[in-house]
Amino acid sequence: MERRDFLQLSGFAAGALLIPSWDPYARPWSGSLTPIPTADKKQLANIALDAARARGATYADVRIARQLNQFINGRETKIQNITNTESFGVGIRVIAEGTWGFAATQDVTPDGVKRAAEKAVAIAKANSRLQTEPVTLAPQRGYGDVSWRTPIEKNPFEISIKEKADLLTAVGDAALKAGASFIFTGLFLVNEQKYFASTDGSYIDQDVHRVWPNFQITVVDKASGKFETRDALSAPVGMGWEYLAGRPAGKVKTAAGALTYSTSYDMLEDATLGAAQAKEKQKAKSVEAGKWDLVLDPSHIWLTIHESVGHPLELDRVLGYEANYAGTSFATLDKWRSKSFRYGSPIVNFVADKIQPGSLGAVGYDDEGVKTREWDLVKDGILVNYEAIRDQVHILGQRESHGCCYSDSWSDIQFQRMPNVSLRPGTKPLTPSQVIAGVDKGIFIVGDGSYSIDQQRYNFQFGVQLFYEIRKGKIVGMLRDVAYQSNTQEFWNAGAAIADRRDYRLNGSFFDGKGQPGQVSAVSHGAATTRVNGVNVINTARKIG
Amino acid sequence: MPELNETQARELLTRALKLSKAEACEINIGGNTGGNIRYARNTVSTAGATEDSNLVVQSFFGLRNGTATANQFDDATIERAVRQSEELARLAPEDPESMMPLGPQTYTPVPAAYSEATAAITPEYRANVAEGSIGPAKQAGCVAAGFLQDGSNWQAMANTAGLFAYHRQTGLNFSVTMRTEDGTGSGYAERDVNDISRFDGGAASRIAAQKATASREAKAIEPGKYTVIMEPTAAVDLLQPLAFSLNARQADEGRSPLSKPGGGTRLGEKLVDEAVTITSDPTHPDIPTAPWGGDGRPFAPTTWIEKGVIKNLFYSRYWAQKQGKPATPFPANLIMAGGDASLEDLIKDTARGVLITRFWYIRFVDPQTLLLTGLTRDGTFYIENGQIKHAIKNFRFNESPIIMLNNVDALGRPERAQGNLIPPMRIRDFTFTSLSDAV
Repeated sequence: MERRDFLQLSGFAAGALLIPSWDPYARPWSGSLTPIPTADKKQLANIALDAARARGATYADVRIARQLNQFINGRETKIQNITNTESFGVGIRVIAEGTWGFAATQDVTPDGVKRAAEKAVAIAKANSRLQTEPVTLAPQRGYGDVSWRTPIEKNPFEISIKEKADLLTAVGDAALKAGASFIFTGLFLVNEQKYFASTDGSYIDQDVHRVWPNFQITVVDKASGKFETRDALSAPVGMGWEYLAGRPAGKVKTAAGALTYSTSYDMLEDATLGAAQAKEKQKAKSVEAGKWDLVLDPSHIWLTIHESVGHPLELDRVLGYEANYAGTSFATLDKWRSKSFRYGSPIVNFVADKIQPGSLGAVGYDDEGVKTREWDLVKDGILVNYEAIRDQVHILGQRESHGCCYSDSWSDIQFQRMPNVSLRPGTKPLTPSQVIAGVDKGIFIVGDGSYSIDQQRYNFQFGVQLFYEIRKGKIVGMLRDVAYQSNTQEFWNAGAAIADRRDYRLNGSFFDGKGQPGQVSAVSHGAATTRVNGVNVINTARKIG
Repeated sequence: MPELNETQARELLTRALKLSKAEACEINIGGNTGGNIRYARNTVSTAGATEDSNLVVQSFFGLRNGTATANQFDDATIERAVRQSEELARLAPEDPESMMPLGPQTYTPVPAAYSEATAAITPEYRANVAEGSIGPAKQAGCVAAGFLQDGSNWQAMANTAGLFAYHRQTGLNFSVTMRTEDGTGSGYAERDVNDISRFDGGAASRIAAQKATASREAKAIEPGKYTVIMEPTAAVDLLQPLAFSLNARQADEGRSPLSKPGGGTRLGEKLVDEAVTITSDPTHPDIPTAPWGGDGRPFAPTTWIEKGVIKNLFYSRYWAQKQGKPATPFPANLIMAGGDASLEDLIKDTARGVLITRFWYIRFVDPQTLLLTGLTRDGTFYIENGQIKHAIKNFRFNESPIIMLNNVDALGRPERAQGNLIPPMRIRDFTFTSLSDAV
């Protein structure tokens, strides 16, 4: 059966999409926005599950997925690239003879899925002779036919190309007028339409949206040959086009005067301010290396949480499954079992979830059919749990998967990925300005920059977008050439103050990499402004002759 | 879709281009059939096989262009992608930098890039490689985590200006990390080949196991400036950012380490030590690769740095035209000249230094100076009087490859590393800024 037969079977008439619209500007997306009927996907999934069982699989799951992306890129006031991508296929994962097997194909027909299921079982069997730890899955009930979708207000794929192009052009224009020498602009839109079915009896249809507006401004002083950059302070989010509305309620004025954003982003305003800040950076004072108290805005600290908490608490790393690439973890099982491993100071609480509204990690069910939820990782400073999926939780003596299994494509095998990991806000009333007021000699840090951490997640170094010097509780000016180096446990144990819930904001990563072959996932991290005492700051200025 | 040969690819592309109603159209197609196996904790973890192929259509109307992709090849999907790219192109604002597709080009075929044996790899072959790696691990009291990925790829492009290109290639990538059972030692090895007759996973695994065993009981030494010996696997990670900085436009615009104060670039100037010569060549028998880049420009053998002097920068077609320069495409690969010395010879001639197996998590700190940070990993040793004395704890470095290549002390015999040919190198005054507890 050919692809076109499947299209007919599904009632999805591709030709219909070619009919020109009366107004081209009203037709933002000429691709296959029409979802494939779930009944057709269920029929194909059952063919694959039956084929896997017939060849001896004791468990199988099927993911039929269509991924739509739209990228729009510009520089200065020009739009340089508008690309729509579409990928459609099926990935089939099985357990046979206690061993995982996986096969994926773009041939989403009854014959194609059957062949892939059989190939997955053959791979599992070929490898089973090497298997010394047969796969043990946590029990999982089937949910029957269920669905979930990102609660968006405006589908980004339904916004006209003109509106998007006009926005990036205006952003470029605003930055140049405000003094930028150059600006790269970009909009990245994602829609994952994924259908999951398993031999447990789940048939889960999900429609997931993410958006990320971004830019990078460069200001060059040709005479001195010096240049500075300033990246957008936007967050990638699990929201629709409404994120770009620039609503006043989404703006946060920091103590240094710089604006950051929460649930709504004003790209034009950020670019205007960004150009001015890049110019200010050129004249800023070069930092004096040494120990400083740091006050970290949520637009920055999300990345420190991501690298020093999110990653080391991935159970597959702890167990050694990622030893060859992403690495292992300092947060070993014996530390967790001791129930007294002090990850951070007593005000430090980290929570994992796959449900926060607007977050990149939010879905109804993970990619092995587990309903998503929230759980504690670090409570009152003590390590209490990890991030784990169905074939791992038995190692922790737990019976329920945490629901953080993900694959970035139908063509790659799903595995344990980082859920949203967030720092709980302080419980006592405290504003960011009050946090800064308590600092004698410090640096207030806004926006994420360069980042690097070792393979067991001890030693890290972070750079930033904007640094402001704090003296006797007051912001006194901008600094440059700043990076801070620390050690995970030392850093979080120096956590001295966390602003309250009013300041809590989500930021995150669109492209968190892990696994072999490499996969990306999108993940958010929430936090309120946080003070960490006595951190080692280095000066990064160099001469290259 | 199964792999297309040159005739089949030409036929499909011709058919697809006939659908175009744009002023110009360019179509890329390509596919991959391959598989992989992962192992960890001395047992297999996941393994899979994937077949995928892609179609990328770019349509042009004057200075407007748009791109659409699909991964199905029935007539309706191909037509939909063509129409979608046309619609995007019509909606796109005019881009004064947009360039019409290139006309016919001449490419040097690279048959050595393809190996029938690699294309024929089976799940059993992969399981055997994993077994051949786990065996040495157990013998050495180590725990192996490794990854093997192989694939057969084909790619073709054609446009309405008459350009046609076709290339197929096979590849195998293997890497293994061995950790001692107590977790106090770790060693690493990686290999990449086009032809599996050049691949020996067992030998690589034994090296990783030796490094793991030897790296136990690592001692802390003070961070600071040290003479270092980098194996090619480590050195290549610092050379790639330097290759990216050979971007002519960034340099012309004053936002590159190759920009000159007051304007202009450092093209023609001596940037690094005269021992450094870096070229590229897609037909090199040890690192064969595709003979063209993204927009169809042929990759010719190119000298980038000769005896320390910047000889070439790479250009986009637009920027080359604007500047009146040849449109040299980016490097197809990196070939750094070296000497005849082996890694062991370099160690033997070292009074005091640090041997680096591998770097990890390298990121830009300052694009102005190409300052990078990152860490050593999986086998870092102290050398004294020509001998490896003991393992040392891993370091974080903050160093620029430009500064590093001004401090070249000796270069050894180049080896293949991630599709490039890189010598082991001895570097003076490499800057380590802190210690890491990571093993």
